[in-house]
Amino acid sequence: MIQGSKADFPFFAEHLQEGRPVVYLDNAATTQKPYPVIDAVRRYLTESVANPHRGAYQLSGEATSRYEAARSRVAAFLNATSSDTVVFTKNATDSLNLVAESYGRRHVGEGDEIIISIAEHHSNLLPWQRLAQENGALLKYVYLDETGMFDMEQFRQALTDRTKIVAVTQVSNVTGIEFPVAEIVRASHDAGAVVVVDAAQSAPHIPIDVQALGADFLAFSGHKLYGPDGAGVLYGATCLLQDMPPISVGGGIVEEVTERTVRYMDPPLRFEAGTPNVEAAVGLHAALDYVDAVGFSRIRRQEQELTGYLVRTLQAIPGVSLYGGTEGVARHGVVSFNVGSVHPHDVATILDSQGVAIRAGHHCAQPLLNFLGIRFCCRASLSFMNTKEDIDALSDAIISVGRWFDGSA
Amino acid sequence: MDLHDLYGDIVREHSMSGHNLRHLEHPSVVVPGRNPSCGDEIDLELSVEGDRIKDGSFTGVGCAISRASVSIMLDLVRGRTLDEAAELARLFLAMEQREPLTDRQLDALEEAVALKGVSNMPARVKCATMPWHTLLNAVEVARGTD
Repeated sequence: MIQGSKADFPFFAEHLQEGRPVVYLDNAATTQKPYPVIDAVRRYLTESVANPHRGAYQLSGEATSRYEAARSRVAAFLNATSSDTVVFTKNATDSLNLVAESYGRRHVGEGDEIIISIAEHHSNLLPWQRLAQENGALLKYVYLDETGMFDMEQFRQALTDRTKIVAVTQVSNVTGIEFPVAEIVRASHDAGAVVVVDAAQSAPHIPIDVQALGADFLAFSGHKLYGPDGAGVLYGATCLLQDMPPISVGGGIVEEVTERTVRYMDPPLRFEAGTPNVEAAVGLHAALDYVDAVGFSRIRRQEQELTGYLVRTLQAIPGVSLYGGTEGVARHGVVSFNVGSVHPHDVATILDSQGVAIRAGHHCAQPLLNFLGIRFCCRASLSFMNTKEDIDALSDAIISVGRWFDGSA
Repeated sequence: MDLHDLYGDIVREHSMSGHNLRHLEHPSVVVPGRNPSCGDEIDLELSVEGDRIKDGSFTGVGCAISRASVSIMLDLVRGRTLDEAAELARLFLAMEQREPLTDRQLDALEEAVALKGVSNMPARVKCATMPWHTLLNAVEVARGTD
């Protein structure tokens, strides 16, 4: 019976740090796994392991149908029109690299432009930086306005008829702020550009509808959405995927191979060379069922309440500075901060000694931190299953930092 | 985990004192030390005459462990020969690798022994060791410029 709380996650009972469950506030990095996901992976590994799409025997057919059922489940989760739009990858990084290396290399040439935001995670920055450098294209950045929001005006001015690709995150992994993706897509399409959406930080928090967004490509990672590692997704519009070559080639993706030629299968299998990660797909299927069973309306309500409480709690601690958004800007579960001038790694270590797990560092978003005028920071990130007691424990631990360092160092 | 093993008085004092946080007037070598994943970014400066380290300092930013480690290290190697400094660096790195050291070897490290507790925290070991790796690089550079 699903509770929609920590009771669904065996981690909190199984992993005790000095006799207590961990106060886990690093959900933006990865999430703990609920029972239904663990059970689904265990069932697959116990009952029906075989190589999908290959064996002529019944068992292989069963593995195939579980794998393909997961693909259909992802399509439904994204409100995509067909499961053929869903490519399984390792993770969101892998998905974004596939778009850049396959679609990007073919369609971005000398003098063309790629636009990204300053808030991109390195995984939605480096593939475009490399592509622009290697193909002689111009990489343009859209910065944030004073509220921490994607600057739509600046973006409209940056768009030209040479803009081939616009790649943006839907929710920042540093500030938690949601960007107006549907509006970005409309403006980009008017200019003839294709839009790649990094949904790694949004998929756990808000329902995604690729049709309503109008996204051409969209990537997310199952492990940030209560699924197993190795369950990445790339959504791509069929007409775009059709015309893309595979990056990784090998078994399982061909119609016919001769000594000198090859004819590849249609998408999505064309992009999934080698034995696929069936257990990850099966686990992701269960994770999406779990999320739907809890329900996004409840997830959203609980996370908004917790995020508001987290922001207010941090603001009330002397010496704590918050980054990336002014009051009233909606954040999805992510808040970045510093404690006086104490280095974030010392903060994280002191918090860890009290059983509170947060992230410290540059959060794979160095250009954004540079834009915000900092080199590194602490980040607390929430899931609906966190509680106000977790945030109180965080607050107590942060207050204790001052007992070790006066912050003047 | 007892935080006193990590942030003892010596470590905290060195991390906050800043007496080695400055530029030298005429450094013989300036060598960068970086921990990219955590953002420890220091530049180590040594003033070397003959084979002896006359003075040393650092600039940059880092966590308390890396700042304490570089400060303790500079106090330890100031006035020593390049060979002695390199030997101390090797001893320190061995301590952080949890290799058994004799009492005599630990004594040679003086205040740097205060950083022994870091070896129990894999996530922070590189904060403590980075300055000493940087010192070994600096010794190599100093020898090369002779």
